[in-house]
Amino acid sequence: MDWLGPEEWQAVALSLKVAIWATLLNLPFALLVSHALARWSFPGKQLLNAIVHLPLFLPPVVTGYLLLISFGRRAPVGAWLEQTFGLVLAFRWTGAVLAAAIMGFPLMVRAIRLAIEAVDPKLEQAAATLGASRFWVFATVTLPLILPGLIAGAVLGFAKAMGEFGATITFIANIPGQTQTLPSAVYSFLQVPGGEDAALRLVAISVALAMAALIASEILARRASRRVNGT
Amino acid sequence: MSLSVDIRHTLGDLVVEVAFEAPGGITALFGQSGSGKTTVINAVAGLLTPQSGRIALQSSVLFDHTHRTNVAPHRRRLGYVFQDARLFPHLTVLGNLTYGSRFAPRDNTGPALEDVADMLGITSLLNRRPGGLSGGEKQRVAIGRALLSQPRMLLMDEPLAALDTSRKEEILPYLEQLRDVTGLPILYVSHSVAEVARLADTVVVLDQGRVAQVGPTEQVFSDPGMVRQLGLREAGAVLPATVTTHHTDGLTELAVSGGTLMLPQVDLPTGASTRVRILAQDVILSRERPVGLSALNILSATITEIRAGGGPGVVVQLQCGQDHLLARITRRSAQALGLAAGVSCYAVIKSVSVARHDVGHS
Repeated sequence: MDWLGPEEWQAVALSLKVAIWATLLNLPFALLVSHALARWSFPGKQLLNAIVHLPLFLPPVVTGYLLLISFGRRAPVGAWLEQTFGLVLAFRWTGAVLAAAIMGFPLMVRAIRLAIEAVDPKLEQAAATLGASRFWVFATVTLPLILPGLIAGAVLGFAKAMGEFGATITFIANIPGQTQTLPSAVYSFLQVPGGEDAALRLVAISVALAMAALIASEILARRASRRVNGT
Repeated sequence: MSLSVDIRHTLGDLVVEVAFEAPGGITALFGQSGSGKTTVINAVAGLLTPQSGRIALQSSVLFDHTHRTNVAPHRRRLGYVFQDARLFPHLTVLGNLTYGSRFAPRDNTGPALEDVADMLGITSLLNRRPGGLSGGEKQRVAIGRALLSQPRMLLMDEPLAALDTSRKEEILPYLEQLRDVTGLPILYVSHSVAEVARLADTVVVLDQGRVAQVGPTEQVFSDPGMVRQLGLREAGAVLPATVTTHHTDGLTELAVSGGTLMLPQVDLPTGASTRVRILAQDVILSRERPVGLSALNILSATITEIRAGGGPGVVVQLQCGQDHLLARITRRSAQALGLAAGVSCYAVIKSVSVARHDVGHS
């Protein structure tokens, strides 16, 4: 694709990589937290709910700064991660994954939690009387029934990760070829004279990717809900 | 295999304090809505934890408050058939039927899928989805699903209540087969006198959270004290009977311990044992053997008890052979005829219905 410069291409590839990783990493945690919020009762449930939703209400720059002071190389968690796992987050693409995951997490939890709440607990009871333990009830009844909601949540999280800007640029900066994601690249091109053409090309790619994700999720969700509704 | 229940649980205004033994066969938990039936069956299933008490199936303790035993529902191995089928919408009928078998012990002692599907008449539905089934079909699949989980006992909570009369008639024969063929003990919750009269071997009558009466069906149904719980129009004795002769004019003759009864065509072979139900309001009493009467069924009996109700009526219990009959007459008639315990009289029976169709023999 020669109409896209190497820098631009790198930005698109990085954003896709970050969004896919963020979505995959988020899914199991989002499932667990949604299930806990929808079905369990435990002390501190409201607190958990508030913490999960915090990134939705905080300015993204604030979230990015909070990430920097806790996951930076000299910050306590960041230093520990580097010593123990050799994992560096600040100013690396891995940090973009963390930022995108955290920003997308509340959206995923909201969608999945709604789906879990829509599952009739009587069906889960019936499964238990047939011999299914809590794990098997979840795996064989709850999970298949929430599949449409799960897909919707994953697509929302993916879209959020593709578009994340504020927290990402604060946490990992905007180094072309290294930590420059698609939105950061658009922002950079708009800062220099004559960069409008490149910015427009990236905008077109953004729109196309968003539409593709939406359509794919619509098809998958419709297929899943046909299965679930049992006709 | 007997179930013993002794629990106490407060649910809002209702204090459920229930103790009974369910021997084998079908034990009906009978009562009006709000009498605590569902609380009891859910406690047995483990879907509700009673505040105190003990529940045991034979020697296996399911719940014991004092010993802090509370077996999880999925380890109790009790097949539960709910009023609202609760089939899994994302699985086919076959998937629903085999759902429980993956959690059941792999010793192949349970019934085979083909036999169960055959018995319930659902073989042609196996590849269908629950969404496209009728209410009666759904309930049959739910029964099959419970059976195939290899339960030690079946729990049924008003399995017919959500169905119309013809669908009920469609399911009842399958329930009778279940009782006669599988031999599984069944705890059957119902508020329908007709269903209980037809199916139950033992009846536990619940009234406002307490056991009002418990015993064999014949005994409970012929207790004049139960008339209020069963309802004036529904009250009536249940008697064991044997088919003796099919007459050419379309009548079937049945023998009961106190004489013979003539019924319109009964589809049972000669010699088959069954159960007939005689409503208290369908019995007329006479001091003399009546003559010139169109009624065919007249049994000689002795009055054992007269119990006054709140209104102008009384309930008369009669000994008729080994069995009891109930008659509901006015207090005025009882006085006019000089009826009292020990007095002999004749019971003129306006109609009799067969309440039980045994597949084998009871």
